[in-house]
Order: sequence, then structure tokens, then C-alpha cells
Amino acid sequence: MTRGADDPLLVVEHLTMRFGGLIAVDDLSLTAARGAITALIGPNGAGKTTVFNCITGFYKPTEGRIALRHGDASVFGELERLTGRGDRSVKLHNGALFLLERMPDYLITQHAKVARTFQNIRLFPGMTVLENLLVAQHHALMLASGYTILGLLGFATYVHAERAALDKARHWLDRIGLTARADDPAGELAYGAQRRLEIARAMCVDPVLLCLDEPAAGLNPREKHELAELVLSIRADHATSVLLIEHDMSLVMGISDHVIVLDYGVKIADGTPEQVRNDPKVIAAYLGVEETEVAEAEAGVAP
Amino acid sequence: MADRARMVSAGVDVTGAVKNAAIAALLAFGLFLPLIGFKTEQDIRNELALETRWPLLFTFVAIVAAAHLFGSLVVTPWRQARALKHVPSAKASPLRSVLARWFLPFAIGFVVVYPVIVLSITGSGGAVKWIDNFGIQILIYVMLGLGLNIVVGLAGLLDLGYVAFYAVGAYSYALLAKTFGLSFWLLLPLAGILAAFWGILLGFPVLRLRGDYLAIVTLAFGEIVRLILINWVPVTNGYAGISGVPRPTLFGIPFNATEQGFAATFGLEFHPVHRAVFLYYLILGLTLLTVAVTARLRRMPIGRAWEALREDEIACRSLGINTTTTKLTAFATGAMFAGFAGSFFAARQGFISPESFTFMESAMILAIVVLGGMGSQIGVAIAAIAMIGGTEILRDFDFLRSIFGDEFDPTQYRMLIFGFGMVAIMIWKPRGLIETREPSAFLAERKTISAEFVKEGRG
Repeated sequence: MTRGADDPLLVVEHLTMRFGGLIAVDDLSLTAARGAITALIGPNGAGKTTVFNCITGFYKPTEGRIALRHGDASVFGELERLTGRGDRSVKLHNGALFLLERMPDYLITQHAKVARTFQNIRLFPGMTVLENLLVAQHHALMLASGYTILGLLGFATYVHAERAALDKARHWLDRIGLTARADDPAGELAYGAQRRLEIARAMCVDPVLLCLDEPAAGLNPREKHELAELVLSIRADHATSVLLIEHDMSLVMGISDHVIVLDYGVKIADGTPEQVRNDPKVIAAYLGVEETEVAEAEAGVAP
Repeated sequence: MADRARMVSAGVDVTGAVKNAAIAALLAFGLFLPLIGFKTEQDIRNELALETRWPLLFTFVAIVAAAHLFGSLVVTPWRQARALKHVPSAKASPLRSVLARWFLPFAIGFVVVYPVIVLSITGSGGAVKWIDNFGIQILIYVMLGLGLNIVVGLAGLLDLGYVAFYAVGAYSYALLAKTFGLSFWLLLPLAGILAAFWGILLGFPVLRLRGDYLAIVTLAFGEIVRLILINWVPVTNGYAGISGVPRPTLFGIPFNATEQGFAATFGLEFHPVHRAVFLYYLILGLTLLTVAVTARLRRMPIGRAWEALREDEIACRSLGINTTTTKLTAFATGAMFAGFAGSFFAARQGFISPESFTFMESAMILAIVVLGGMGSQIGVAIAAIAMIGGTEILRDFDFLRSIFGDEFDPTQYRMLIFGFGMVAIMIWKPRGLIETREPSAFLAERKTISAEFVKEGRG
């Protein structure tokens, strides 16, 4: 059926997130395959961003397990033992396994290599485009500078690392077509360029999993097309899988390998774009059916 | 030209201006009547008598009316005329680029030769005042401003209790030097380390707070340190303070009138100016070190992380930056420079007491940072010169006495003048004297970043 079953990268099991009395995500299980683009769709308020926040450590889930692997798929064999032991992660000879729900947000990016973008763009507006890309390489540069001390004394390792960081930034500036704007403040860029920059900044973390939260929101058709190209090229050229929240159905159906549909925090469909498109439950969630209440129909505002 | 002049003169509405001036005068009369018009005085029988001061009141009202009339009849038309003539030029003026290029080398050169200039102008008699009261005092505040600039300007954490670290540095030096007889050069880094340690100790509990809450807790911390200094009498000697703090020596040569002293060693006649010059170069060296280290830190990953933290903390977390340790390092680094400045302060004064570490000092240092433009080193230096130098200069304005009478003490109006200054800055330069931000790295061209994009941070 889908590639998720035989080559999983991220396995979310029984994820529940409660805010007081509100259950934003209810017993959700999903799998994202390695090298695939997995889309998470659903009407507004379905809990998509909450799932993202749980995966990237911004929320601590109320219940559930979120496991991510590096290296060989066989490391998932260690999952039960790691869970029982109470550790955050385990390093094996052929890879590593991380339990994201146990890790603080910055370690999820540093060690588990999960990067994300935000629904409302979060760049550093007062820093230049180049600086934005350098901040994303903080961890690597920090190690190379001996936690600032060696770098302060001018050691060569840091000088080399900084040059490498600049090269990487230059590479990404070329990819997103912003080389000419490298020394301008990020806040000065046009909206579409800011979206691209945020993706490039996330890619400077060298992620194995890139989580894009509504990357096409507010883009015009041409920019959407460019974005699709960028996401496809990221998947093709890097060992990066993509998890995508998006409302633009033509984009989702065009580039995703696998689509998961959420409604009121519950998974209602899971499969290839064709399967999901024809699923009566999905159509009901988006367009409403006669039996359901009016409020439910109002919630399903499909773009 | 002629029709432009007609346009301008047509814009001046004399009757309207007079009417507005009359309204302003009326308002001024109402406002100043209780403030200036009446005065209570104790008479011979110790009873309060109400005196009126009509001439003074009418002088003030007349000044307000005249200023208003001048503004609407002369200044406004002049500004309109200038706005008409003004053609925005795309190119930066050559004067400005020359200034930008040569200002820094010139400024550093000037502070290095400053004592020589002063000595050659005033002779060694009057030089102590200019070197000690002006030079050293200003440089101490420049250093404190630069340290606080890391915390407030770069990392965007509002710290209202910065003086606590200054106090920790000063008391560490004073106590360790008096008790164990350790040398200044050993205690200088130690005082910095101790202050940084206190910075971390304070940081741990408070850094989960943001914005106003952080400001209030740091304010409280500053007061706690001062109250400990006052009340822990066995160690700190309370209000009386610590006197006889050992002075720094030049490689073991003290600056005194003895046989082993500096003057005797170099065959000079003893004079206090020797020590002043030595201390001046000492604090200048420390300040330049602070400048260099801070400038370098800004180009390191940690410095960029500080600024990124000021811009957007959530984005930082998504990029693998540990915000807690990043904030702590900012706090500790800022505190360390305050510790250096504190130990220098204790060594220079020879006497310290809790009086020197009140909230007023914190406010003064913060004012320097805000006035200078948050994040700008040159701005901090200029603001320190204006604030601290301005205070000292006011003491010298004796000629004002000939105008306002013998009882007039210009230093009493210090805060009033600062208040005006701050209001003026907030109106015309709300982001400080240096508004733009210098990027820490560039590919093709270093462009300064306009303040409209740079965030101010909220903890």
C-alpha cells in the first residue's frame, strides 16, 4: 500500500494531547516513511499543528509515544526496551532511536535532527538573510568554537567551521534564489521569499525530518509551484523526509506520497492521495453531509 | 524663487498665531499660578505666610507666549520652506561616509592621548580633576554600559538590578584584598568570575520569566544584594563601608610618597596625578578589552544566538538553541564585565559602601544603554560621555550663579536636564542615538539594518 509500513522513519502511537478539558489530539497513531512526503490535512482546528508541536517538543503530549530513527530500519527492534528503560534515546552500531516525547525541544533539533517551520513565519527579522542561515547552524558552530572559548582565542577549527557554515548558507541561498538579498534584513523580504528562507533555514539544521506547517499559505500560484519544486528537490537531494501540513489540496495531492486526514483530533483517513480523495469520511469532514450538524459543516472550510 | 516665497508667506497666519500664543499663555498662567505664583514662607513668628511672585509668574507666561509665537511665525515657515527645497538624494553624503570611516580610529586615538592633552593644557595641578573625575569616571560607566548592553541590547533581557554585579565585584576585591592581601591583578579576574557566578545564580530562577516580570525580579535582586551589604555587618561593615582598600600597583611599585613609590623610583617629584594617569590607562585597557571581546562575541555563534533570542525565542528553540543556557551566558558575561568594573572601582576609590550601589546606579547604566541605542557599542560610549560627563560639567557652570543668584546650585538641576534630554531622545530618536544594527556577517556588502526591523526583545 504505502511506503510507511515497510520503511518507517517516524512512528507516532496513541498520541493524546489535552488542554484542560479540550482534547486537541485523541489517540492518534501515524507513520511517516523515510524519503517520503507525508501530508497531514484536515479542517481548521483538527489538531494538525498540535501534532507538529508534540513531534517537535513544543508541547509535552499527555499520552503516547513518538519514535524517530536514524540509520537502519531495524533499530525499531530496540523500541520496547528503550521505552521500558526510561531513556530518551539509544545509539546503536547501525543507527539510533529517539523517543521525542521525552526530549526538550532544542535537543529534538540538535540530536534527533527534526526541523520545523511555522504557520506564521518566524524569521529573525532584524538579522540579515545570511545571519538567519548562520543561526540555524548554531550547534555545529558551537562545537567547532569549543563552546565559544577556542573561537574567542582564534583557533583554526572555528575559522574552518565558520567558512563551511558560510558555504552551506551560500548553497541554500542559491537554491532559494536569494543570493542577491543575502545582506538585507530578513524582515525586508517579500512574503514568498520569507517562506522560502524559513525552509532554507530549517534545512541548515541538516534534518532527517522536515516539518512544514502550511508552507503555501499566502503564496500566489507561481510561488506555490516554486515551493512544490523546492520541497520535491529537498526530498530528492537530501536524506530528508517531509511532514507537511497544508490546506492547498492541489499542492498536497500533487506532491505527497501519503496523506493522513485529521478531524477533531482523530484520524479519519490514511493512505495515498487517491484513496484519501475518494474516502467518503474525508468528503464528509470537508464538505459536511446532511445528517451532521450545521456547526460541523461550518468548521469544514476547504480552500 | 519668488512664487515659492509667496507660497511660504501665504502659509503664515499671523492672527491665528497670536490667538494660539494667547491660548498657550493662558494655559501657562493656569499651570504656573500655583507652582510659581504662590510661595509659602515662614515668618518671624514661625507662621506660614503666603507670598505672591507676580513678576516671576508673568516672566514665565511671557516666555511661553513668545516661544509659541516664535515657533509658529518663524520656525514652522522655515521648516516648510526647507521641506520644499529638500530633494532626497539617493547617495549618502561624502561627509557622512568620511565620518563613518575615520570616527572610530580618531576616537580611540583621542582617548589614548587624552591624559597627555590634559596635562599639557592644565599642568599637573588641574589635571587630576579632568583625568579622574572625567576620564576615569566616564570609562567606568562605558564599561558598565557595554556589559549591560550584552544583556539588554543583544539578548533583549531587561535587567534592572545590574548594579548588584558591580557591587559583587567591588566587595570581592575589597574583602579579599584586605583579608588575604592578594594583589589587584590576581583579584581582578577573580572578581569577574565571582560576579559571573552570581549572574548564573540569579539567572537560574529568574530566566523563565519574561518582559516586565523579569525586570521586576532583577530589580528586587539588586535591592537584595544592597540590603545584604548593609545588614551583614560582621563581613561588610554595613553602612560604614570598607575603607583602606589596597590600591593597585604598577608591577609592585605603589603610587605613594615613600622611597619605594613610583615617583621615587623614576626620580620624579611625587604628585597624585601619576596615580590618576595610571588608573586612567588601566580602565582604558579594561574598556578596550571589553569592546574587543564583545565585538568578537557578536560574530561568534553565541553572540548570534543572543541576538536571535532577542528577535524570536520560539524560532531559536526550533533551531536547536538551548535558550536557558544562552540567556545564562548573556547574564554571566554581562555580570563578569560589571565585576571587573566593580573591582577597579573599589581599587580606585580605596573606600566602598552600599551607598555606591543603589538602584539609581542601575537606572543610570540602563539609561546609558537605552540612550546609546540598544546593541551599539559606539552609542553606549557617546551616551556615557553625555550622561556622566554632563553631570561633571554641570558642577563647573559657576557663571550660572551670576544669572540666578548665589544660592543657585547647577548640580541640583541635573535630573531635570536629564529628564528633558531623555524626553527629547525618545521623541526624535526613539531607538537611541545609534539606531541601526551592524550585521555580524556578510557575503557581498555590509549594510546596516534599519531599526524598524530590529526587535527590542522582551526577555
